[in-house]
Amino acid sequence: MNQIIEVQSVSKSFGGVQANQDISLSVKEGIITGLIGPNGSGKTTLFNSIVGQHPIDNGNILFQGKEISKLRVGEIARLGLLRTFQQTRIYNKMNCVDNMEISVSHRGRRFGSMFSSRKGEILDRAEELLDFVGLYSKRFLISGDLSFGQQKLLEFAMALMNDPKVLLLDEPTAGINPTLINGLIDRLKRANEEMGVTLFVIEHNMRVVMNLASHVFCLAHGKLLAGGPPSEIQNDQKVIDAYLGAH
Amino acid sequence: MTRTNEVLAYIVLAAVGILGPVFFENYIQQIAVLWIMVLMASTWDITGGQMGYNSLGNITFFGAGMYISAVVQISMGYDVAEYTAAFGAIKVDFTDTQYFTGIALGIIAGGIGAFLIAILFGIAVFGLRGPYFAIGTLGIAVAAGQFVGTIQYLGGGSGISMPVYPGGVDQRNVFFYILCFIITVISHIFLKWLYSTQFILAINAIRDDEDKAEAMGIKTGIYKVVAWSIAAFFMGLIGAVFGNMIGFIEPIEVAFPTATFGIFMVAMALLGGKGTLWGPILGAIVFHIIKETTWTLLLGWQWVALGTLIIINIVFFQQGIVGWLQEVKPEWFGLTVDSTSKKSEA
Repeated sequence: MNQIIEVQSVSKSFGGVQANQDISLSVKEGIITGLIGPNGSGKTTLFNSIVGQHPIDNGNILFQGKEISKLRVGEIARLGLLRTFQQTRIYNKMNCVDNMEISVSHRGRRFGSMFSSRKGEILDRAEELLDFVGLYSKRFLISGDLSFGQQKLLEFAMALMNDPKVLLLDEPTAGINPTLINGLIDRLKRANEEMGVTLFVIEHNMRVVMNLASHVFCLAHGKLLAGGPPSEIQNDQKVIDAYLGAH
Repeated sequence: MTRTNEVLAYIVLAAVGILGPVFFENYIQQIAVLWIMVLMASTWDITGGQMGYNSLGNITFFGAGMYISAVVQISMGYDVAEYTAAFGAIKVDFTDTQYFTGIALGIIAGGIGAFLIAILFGIAVFGLRGPYFAIGTLGIAVAAGQFVGTIQYLGGGSGISMPVYPGGVDQRNVFFYILCFIITVISHIFLKWLYSTQFILAINAIRDDEDKAEAMGIKTGIYKVVAWSIAAFFMGLIGAVFGNMIGFIEPIEVAFPTATFGIFMVAMALLGGKGTLWGPILGAIVFHIIKETTWTLLLGWQWVALGTLIIINIVFFQQGIVGWLQEVKPEWFGLTVDSTSKKSEA
């Protein structure tokens, strides 16, 4: 399998805080990769670096073998590398269908297409995906009026609407009740298997990560601590120490 | 807005537009100004309401269109510098053909010129957000007025007397009334179309969360500049007409009236409900009626009355008339839970 994202000795600091130090890891195409680590270990910073939210201090980031560390957020998104946010971000004064429609991929779009009409297959796809996440009946409601969990599902559906090659999910299950989490895990797996989207997931809920990912990386204090299959990571002494505090 | 309501609104507006000047001949200029205000509020709302960028400088394009049109019209028969230097002392004598060709070309040039200016300024100011954008655009409008006032070629602070309409006063009034009405109707039809395309979704997305829109791959920069340029185009057209309608243009009071029309258009959109197609139209009508009434009945206190209206609007009624309706009667706007599932539909 190909390495779709390659992070090569990336460092990023904010003032005196070394959020990422010399991190190298790679994400394989077609599978679900997990990223764990205690709070403040630099997981979200790494995501931000990958999608071009901020410039990195050192290192290279490759997407499908192409250097992307100098590109801007929008350009990277149009390549097919997308992220969702830890604090859910949707267009909260628009209804769900509109949220979905505007999330279509802007890859290779021409200037004139910004004035194209709103009927047809885009709408069908939007409704199909809303149905997929279970929001079909709420599709005409203003998205800001939905519950937090529903907004998370909507954001996930919007990301799928964009037809990404890789989707970076920042804590998809945070703030969602346990019943809904099972549904979400199932949908993440289906998105990966049926739609062929490579997923790279930050997750605190160990049960979820172990259930979901076939490869897991662990960060601590801005450094890569370990990487491997979930069963291996689960029993890695360094990882356990990082989470529980070494004695 | 439901279909029947909309048809009803069009019938009423068409009746006012066509029969108004017939029955209330003395108010023909006021009704013409009403349409201008409808256009101003509606086009301001493209960026202010739909895109969340509160421009205080859209009046720049009004003045730009006015001056561009003046130059084009005068150059049909005179050397512009000579004409403006004479401060109206030249015996103005355009043939009918010269006048009408001049005004037609002038209006079109005014629109296109304003459009291009908006692209230029847009690239510069759309790096700013929130209050910085508002102040930046206000700065452009104020500076534009002062700047034009220093250019002798354009008559400086003393302004330009526009070419005189070849015909009687009544005919002149009707001519400019029709121009105002038609341009406003065209702008409305254009916006109605624009708001049915993907464009509206993109600028709404920018309003709700610009960083998210960027992260989803939307080319926000282009959308922002295009949205503003569309507003500028129509402001340029109507500015060109207004200059001719007034007959005399000068930079501060007529062409770049930042503190009156520049603010009115924002107040009207807020009153009616920003971010909707009908809000600014309704707002402009209500605002214009209140303004004209207070100017007649409360003379001396008219600005206080208008200020009070704006304060009440901002403090108690931020969502505006249409926004309030949307809260009270969401089903009129299609905001409903559809309990049928996707599968049963198929």
